[in-house]
Amino acid sequence: MDDKMIDLVVTSSPHIRDKVKVSSIMWDVVIALLPALVAGLYFFWSLHTLGIVIVSIISAELAEILGAWMFRKPVSLKDFSAVVTGVLFVMVMPPSSPYWLIVVGAFTAIILGKWIFGGIGSNPFNPALVGRAVLMISWPALMTTWKVFPRIIPPHGVSANAITMATPLNVVKLHGFSQLIAEYGTKAALYKALFLGNVGGSLGETSALLLLIGGLYLILKGVIDWKIPTAYITTVFVLSPIFGRDPLFSILAGGLFLGAFFMATDYSSSPITSQGRLWYGISLGFVTVMIRVFGAYPEGVMFSILIVQLFVPFFDKILPHVYGHRKEVKS
Amino acid sequence: MKLFTFKPGGVHPDEMKITKDRPFVRMSVPAVVVVPLSQHIGAPNTPTVKVGDHVKIGQVIGSSTAFVSAPVHATVSGEVIAIEPRPHPLGKNVQAVVIKNDFKDEWFEPPQKRDLDSLTKEDILKIIKEKGIVGMGGATFPTAVKLSPPKGKTIETLIANGAECEPYLTTDYRTMLEFTDKVVDGFLVEMKASGAKQGFIAVEDNKRDAAEKLENRLKERGVKNVEVVLVKTKYPQGGEKQLIKAVIGKEVPAGGLPLDVGVVVQNVGTLKAITEAVLEDKPLIERGTTVSGTAIKNYGNYIIRIGTPVTHIIEQTGGLTKKLRKLIFGGPMMGLAQSTVEVPVIKGTSGILFFGEEALEMAPQDESPCIRCSRCVDHCPMGLMPLLIDHAWRRKDMKLAESLNATDCIECGVCSYVCPSKRHLTENIRSAKQAIIKQRKIEAAKQAAFEKLKALREKQEKEAAEKAKSASPSTEKGGKENG
Ligand code: SF4
Ligand code: SF4
Repeated sequence: MDDKMIDLVVTSSPHIRDKVKVSSIMWDVVIALLPALVAGLYFFWSLHTLGIVIVSIISAELAEILGAWMFRKPVSLKDFSAVVTGVLFVMVMPPSSPYWLIVVGAFTAIILGKWIFGGIGSNPFNPALVGRAVLMISWPALMTTWKVFPRIIPPHGVSANAITMATPLNVVKLHGFSQLIAEYGTKAALYKALFLGNVGGSLGETSALLLLIGGLYLILKGVIDWKIPTAYITTVFVLSPIFGRDPLFSILAGGLFLGAFFMATDYSSSPITSQGRLWYGISLGFVTVMIRVFGAYPEGVMFSILIVQLFVPFFDKILPHVYGHRKEVKS
Repeated sequence: MKLFTFKPGGVHPDEMKITKDRPFVRMSVPAVVVVPLSQHIGAPNTPTVKVGDHVKIGQVIGSSTAFVSAPVHATVSGEVIAIEPRPHPLGKNVQAVVIKNDFKDEWFEPPQKRDLDSLTKEDILKIIKEKGIVGMGGATFPTAVKLSPPKGKTIETLIANGAECEPYLTTDYRTMLEFTDKVVDGFLVEMKASGAKQGFIAVEDNKRDAAEKLENRLKERGVKNVEVVLVKTKYPQGGEKQLIKAVIGKEVPAGGLPLDVGVVVQNVGTLKAITEAVLEDKPLIERGTTVSGTAIKNYGNYIIRIGTPVTHIIEQTGGLTKKLRKLIFGGPMMGLAQSTVEVPVIKGTSGILFFGEEALEMAPQDESPCIRCSRCVDHCPMGLMPLLIDHAWRRKDMKLAESLNATDCIECGVCSYVCPSKRHLTENIRSAKQAIIKQRKIEAAKQAAFEKLKALREKQEKEAAEKAKSASPSTEKGGKENG
């Protein structure tokens, strides 16, 4: 036998691997976020809005390089995980945020939210939410200033020359649900606006429809488990009316869809077992409603995700059934 | 036909069954065969021939008196030219009998047809043992042992495994299509030998034609208690434990055998071999094997003599089409990569796969950090937590690995297959499992030695006490020394 034709490598089985890579997963998340991001740019259009999106992504990448250097790990921009964090972060920020705030937040997200815990796969919280939470505590006024953009003004809402306006959840908190319906004329008009996304709020959180499309894409691609968003949104829907809140409004308003499909599903800060994810989703819904009803802030999605992620080690204890092991049945 | 499957977990890699429509071709016999003395799980055989002996086809050349063993037979007639360690598909070099073919194809004892009705259960088991039949799906467990349940256990159900869930492999499929009667006969022989009351032939639903053919044949022959069932095309559907769960809904207890739930699973290729052994008096000297992959010219299904080296197979199938970088015995999920083309076909060789440079991309070896995506957990057919066991192994925390049930791993490869970070999960879990089993053996040996010592000591004490008692009964109440 011609030896030049044979040069055998010996590796352990399996000898084939799935094509899915970390980078392909991250790209899928970016693709899924795009519709809602583009919608955000449309509703809150100004050059500044486009600017902060770009600044956020660049800052996240730079922070990734810094983090890798600080913790003496190889820089891997190839996996695109920093892009995802950059995009997610800017989508939960007020569209009129100053550039410096975005830079500070993106660096906080990557360094404080991820690298100090050991980098990708080790962060106990969603990094983008850590960034936002830190800003919320440090600059609360900036984080709750909602500038008026022409495409989001409700038909009977703020006067045309107002500079700021309240988000729907804010209006409900301050003046009640009937006031909000009055601003839109009918309940149906309100739902429609919330569904399409021409309402006040963070850059990428307003269009329930496009977030849903992106979320379904991720579920169909097998990137995220349907149980987390389904359990989360269902729980909010069921629990809200008990506290006298309109269920449909409760799931469409605020950052629930963005949080449920894209934030709570962050791999390293969500449970690793199927059962665990179900209970995690239910807990998220519960805490969100509690914060919205009893808390000082009108919106509870961000803090509830951070709080419930603290309990992920507990959810991870809900192990799957191991083949051939019988659960102890006590008679 | 009903469709069954196991849950949860599993994957569906590209099937790549490019040899599906290529019927078996009998491959020429090489000038020299290398027949390893150990081709089964269990006690190794000792040679029963010497260098220089002239042997004939079917002559026993290695055997063992151990219960869990299977003899090996000469697969050609000719002269024994060496008995020495030679490359073996399982890795290390293993004692093998090297026979120079005289191309006379003489049988040691010309085979004679037998009738099932004239045979008793004991006869059948004896023949299966003598003819060296082992599990031909790759596990190579001696078939006669599998069919002899220990006291207190009975075989109620037989399942023929025609799932063939590994990509590329089509040996079982072709066997079911081309040797339908031998599969059915083998099943009936086994039913008789085991006393089982019901039987199932499980076939993945990508091989419906084979399933239908088997079903028709069973109907024609009026077999009532054997049913053909379709199982979903999903890897590892043909894993013994998964197949049992899919077909009869029971789980084999951890650390136990299918017998614990009254089941024996047998690969369809083994059934053909049983038929040939019991009804045609032929020992296991050849087998159907899929020769496939991207680096071999005439890929297809071949009937190959045991002991045929890969070099001969390459020659006979038109040669390599490109530089050979990976040679796999078995399927791509569980098969073993070989380090030399000198290795011979053995009883458990269900497939031989040849790959070029692309093999390195098919299984990238560079790991990146675990992103906790939980794909490995969601797809593990045993319900394990591969990422955690892997982590425990890397920290050498064997207690933790054990508490995570690492020993239940069936080494199916699914976790490594799905991992986006390309982590070596299966490899590490296999190592952890082996380390735990080794440790357990050491502990058991220690325990046994301790018990022995204790018994000895007690015996000595008792004797001493008795001696003392007979000498002076009054000392009996004296303080007992700590034992
Ligand atoms: S190799 Fe073991 S741990 Fe990995 S998926 Fe298969 S059974 Fe589970
Ligand atoms: S599949 Fe790989 S990356 Fe995902 S959790 Fe398991 S080990 Fe980690």
